[in-house]
Amino acid sequence: MDLAVAHETISRWQFGITTVYHFLFVPLTISLASIVAGLQTAWVRTGREKYFHATKFWGKLFLINIAMGVVTGIVQEFQFGMNWSDYSRFVGDVFGAPLAMEALIAFFFESTFIGLWIFGWDRLPKKVHLACIWLVAIGTALSAYFILAANSWMQHPVGYRIDPATGKAQLTDIVRVLTQNTTVVQVFHTLTAAFLTGAAFVVGIASYHLWRAKRGKETDRRRTAAMRTSLRVGLAIAVVAGLGTAISGDTLGKVMFEQQPMKMAAAEALWDTQAPAPFSVFAIGDVSKGHNSVELEIPGILSFLAHNDFSSSVPGINDTAAAEAAKYGGQPEDYIPNIFVTYWGFRLMIGFGMTSFAAALIGLWTTRRKFWLAPEHRTGEDEPPKLMLTKKREMSVFFTRWSWRIGILTMGFPLVANSFGWIFTEMGRQPWVVFGLMRTRDAVSPNVSVGTQVVGLTTLTVLYAVLAVIEVGLLAKYAAAGPDTTEQPPAKDPTLRGPSDDEDADRPLAFAY
Amino acid sequence: MHLHDLWFVLIAVLWIGYFFLEGFDFGIGILTRTLARDTAERRVLINTIGPVWDGNEVWLLTAGGATFAAFPDWYATLFSGFFVPLLLILVCLIVRGVSFEYRHQRSGERWQRNWELAIFWTSLLPAFLWGVAFGNIVHGVDIDADKNYVGTLWDLLNPYALLGGLTTLVLFTFHGAVFASLKTTGEIRVRARAQATALGLATAVLALVFLVWTQAHSGNGWSLAALVVAVLALVGALGANRLAREGWAFALSGLTVVAAVGMLFLSLFPDVMPSTLDPDWSLTVTNSASSPYTLKVMTVVALVFTPLVLLYQGWTYWVFRRRIGVQHLPAAAHH
Repeated sequence: MDLAVAHETISRWQFGITTVYHFLFVPLTISLASIVAGLQTAWVRTGREKYFHATKFWGKLFLINIAMGVVTGIVQEFQFGMNWSDYSRFVGDVFGAPLAMEALIAFFFESTFIGLWIFGWDRLPKKVHLACIWLVAIGTALSAYFILAANSWMQHPVGYRIDPATGKAQLTDIVRVLTQNTTVVQVFHTLTAAFLTGAAFVVGIASYHLWRAKRGKETDRRRTAAMRTSLRVGLAIAVVAGLGTAISGDTLGKVMFEQQPMKMAAAEALWDTQAPAPFSVFAIGDVSKGHNSVELEIPGILSFLAHNDFSSSVPGINDTAAAEAAKYGGQPEDYIPNIFVTYWGFRLMIGFGMTSFAAALIGLWTTRRKFWLAPEHRTGEDEPPKLMLTKKREMSVFFTRWSWRIGILTMGFPLVANSFGWIFTEMGRQPWVVFGLMRTRDAVSPNVSVGTQVVGLTTLTVLYAVLAVIEVGLLAKYAAAGPDTTEQPPAKDPTLRGPSDDEDADRPLAFAY
Repeated sequence: MHLHDLWFVLIAVLWIGYFFLEGFDFGIGILTRTLARDTAERRVLINTIGPVWDGNEVWLLTAGGATFAAFPDWYATLFSGFFVPLLLILVCLIVRGVSFEYRHQRSGERWQRNWELAIFWTSLLPAFLWGVAFGNIVHGVDIDADKNYVGTLWDLLNPYALLGGLTTLVLFTFHGAVFASLKTTGEIRVRARAQATALGLATAVLALVFLVWTQAHSGNGWSLAALVVAVLALVGALGANRLAREGWAFALSGLTVVAAVGMLFLSLFPDVMPSTLDPDWSLTVTNSASSPYTLKVMTVVALVFTPLVLLYQGWTYWVFRRRIGVQHLPAAAHH
């Protein structure tokens, strides 16, 4: 391989691997923080123990997950400088600001209050302790916002000028960077997708326990009560978030058709400009050659996705590439991203995400407890629900079994969708690292040798793989164990001063590492 | 005062804050092997920093992010130039964070022992490597006209920098031992004080040589003042520790860290990364800074949020102010 190409390729692989990996934990952290906070709020308000057990159970899984999110986040902060030093020099004036804000405003918030939440059960008044987990939840969302503002600037640079003296980007309007439509829509899309992710996770694990209870393998009814509540919470969030993801995805698509027409043409493998343009459902053949042997298309839909009407023209890859070559110089093919990856990445993102949404919609309806349900089919809140199609008609045994299984099996679907979404949007922007301003090949660290890069890539990949095995093992252990129903909340609500010294002297810690 | 000077100070403050806080965190991690005699004592030590280590580490992320925003060239040169040591530090910080959070998640003896070993090594290595990195920053490295580090990995392992690494390693362990004596109760507290004395004496020797060397090579009047403060604080910390005044000892060991790291920054200014190839190629606060507008935006953000951070982090330490002994450990954290 050409050395210059190797330089760029290895750094891109490292960034891709570490970022996709990091983003497995991010959406779960964002959504589970809020779900745990919501359940704890229900407990503080009602005092019912099923909420307490649910809070502790999901809190445990949340903590196992956030630990990985935190430590893999450090790499994100460092690798711009390590592997992409010319990028850092060029964009630091603009891009560094949201990153520094993320650390100062969001990271401190998150990491300080998570410590208070983990260890504070017996040292803080109930309501103050509850506020801590809400602050963690706010911190995670803020963190997402700042980093997406930075990423949006790479997709669509605004609020800057090129300094004539240095040739580098210079910030001129921070408010535009933080509020441009790319940022707002990306944040909306990412947060809704994050909630779909956490909700599917909750639904999957709750389904596992309820399906066991249904088969008589689980006898602790308090555990079933906590899981049933969790299931309903998860399903409701999945439906709302799934709908939000679809709407925000559509909006983001329209923004992208305008700002990066090449990305969207690549998403459809639409080689030639068409009016009206069809939406390609799937294609067999080599999409990257522009001719498909088998193809299923829905007429007019792509026009609608781009412009909200069914007949307008959508520019194809060839025309867009020619236009970019005329504008930025070089050959048209220099501006064509990897069509195979973008085309299939886009489809897998939508496919996995929307399957979860559809499953949740069915689940939310069939597991209802009272609404439009004959009294003889209603079940107690500590029993697994019957899956009711209509007022009196329950699902057949076969479909019941498969419904629960699908609930479990689709647990990770949004995670897959998220990964493909990021791969699509970042690969679809190539050859640019900052759209229209800087090419990825010009962004790498010129002084870091290929050998050193390989060491970095290998070390992090191996470490991440080992940690993944450990993490999944722990998640599986605690998820399968279910809520610990013997656990009781602290008997006495501490004051803000904490327990007094003499009553505290020899009392064991409520929690310790 | 120019904004880029103010930002030099702010970044120095962030690094100082980081070393003050994670300094004793690293120390505690190292002491799990040198001070703790059994698993119970190791658990006591780990739990003295349990609720706070994560917040302490964010000081590093903020220092990194602030350098990126305020001095993009400094960030780019430093992180790409020191690639391998930083990669090692990254690996350590990743494993270390996971160790704290996962050690108690299974009860198996081997599982716990492995994570405890990981805590020791991943605390020891960064405590050493940060000193090496800062030694090189202050001393200057081979930076070319394009602001790129062009030396090799072995150039970074020069005697001065290695001494810097040893100094931070022993200083942080001392700081950690003083912290342990402040946060524990029972027999381990007494032993922590005894070990602090030994570590403090070792620190005195190493730090004196390293800081005087720094002063001779790149010092100025201000850095000399910081050197004097560091030495006096260290003597005071040793004395207070001897008198079992643990609060004072901790404040003074902290001041030692502050003054020593502060001295490095004072001898650096107005450079941020001197070039040993040609003084004209050195990165300075002026030639590596962001535009005045960016610095102004970031100044507003820093002035609003830094006091807030200090306030709620300080409160966390107050909430978890109780001393911990082996008798306070719950039977098992897992179920």
